[in-house]
Amino acid sequence: MRRNFTREQRMTIVYGMLCIILILVVLQLWLLTATMNAYLGGDEGVIWPAAAASTVCLLLNLGLLRYLYKIERPNP
Amino acid sequence: MIQPDPELHTVPPNRLAEDVQPRWRNDFPIDWPQDHYVARRDFTKFLCLTSFAFVVGQFTIAYQNWRRRRRGEPPISEIANVDAIPVGGAIVFDYPHEAEPCLLLRTAEDAFVAYSQKCTHLACAVTPQFKESQLLCPCHKGYFDMATGRPLAGPPRRPLPRITLEIRGKRVYATGVERSTV
Repeated sequence: MRRNFTREQRMTIVYGMLCIILILVVLQLWLLTATMNAYLGGDEGVIWPAAAASTVCLLLNLGLLRYLYKIERPNP
Repeated sequence: MIQPDPELHTVPPNRLAEDVQPRWRNDFPIDWPQDHYVARRDFTKFLCLTSFAFVVGQFTIAYQNWRRRRRGEPPISEIANVDAIPVGGAIVFDYPHEAEPCLLLRTAEDAFVAYSQKCTHLACAVTPQFKESQLLCPCHKGYFDMATGRPLAGPPRRPLPRITLEIRGKRVYATGVERSTV
């Protein structure tokens, strides 16, 4: 059964999510710059793995965002 | 049963209970504690949008790489006659297509090297300095080694793309482009 959270509890959850999402976004930024450098340097080997890793980061972020929407909805 | 938030004091203008307020009022709160929460929540949403933009960037690079591969090997193209370039001299040519300026340098009697003229930092045109055996990018003082194209000083981190050459008789031909990250 899903429980309702108070605003303070939701605030704590949002802070936790924010930390995780920030780390993932910084990782994606690093991936993008490294991939661009590799592409311009003619190294094609990292392009698809980096795109896949960035997509996984996005899916994790979207999962967390979905949870954020979920805890905001009042429990019926 | 969840208790009303004790930190939220302001009564909404329509004086209705919290659970029957219109939905938009949750996004534009009056009390500070709720406003702090909404600000952080919206920042989290914005970061997810940024995350999506990074993925779009990654796939754009993959698409550009696919297009580059699809173009195939660059053609073999005649650049100049050997006698037209003195030792310690250079000429500019376009390779593999127009708007891709390159430099052909004659460093010794029988030694030729060619590089893309676009600096790998911000694409300014590099100029040869034969005495120092360097190529200089005057925009941000980037230096490249004339023999290898590797960056020596300044902001550039990647070597200049090297144009592979072939000398047939008295004519110099460009046969390809070699890129590298180090």
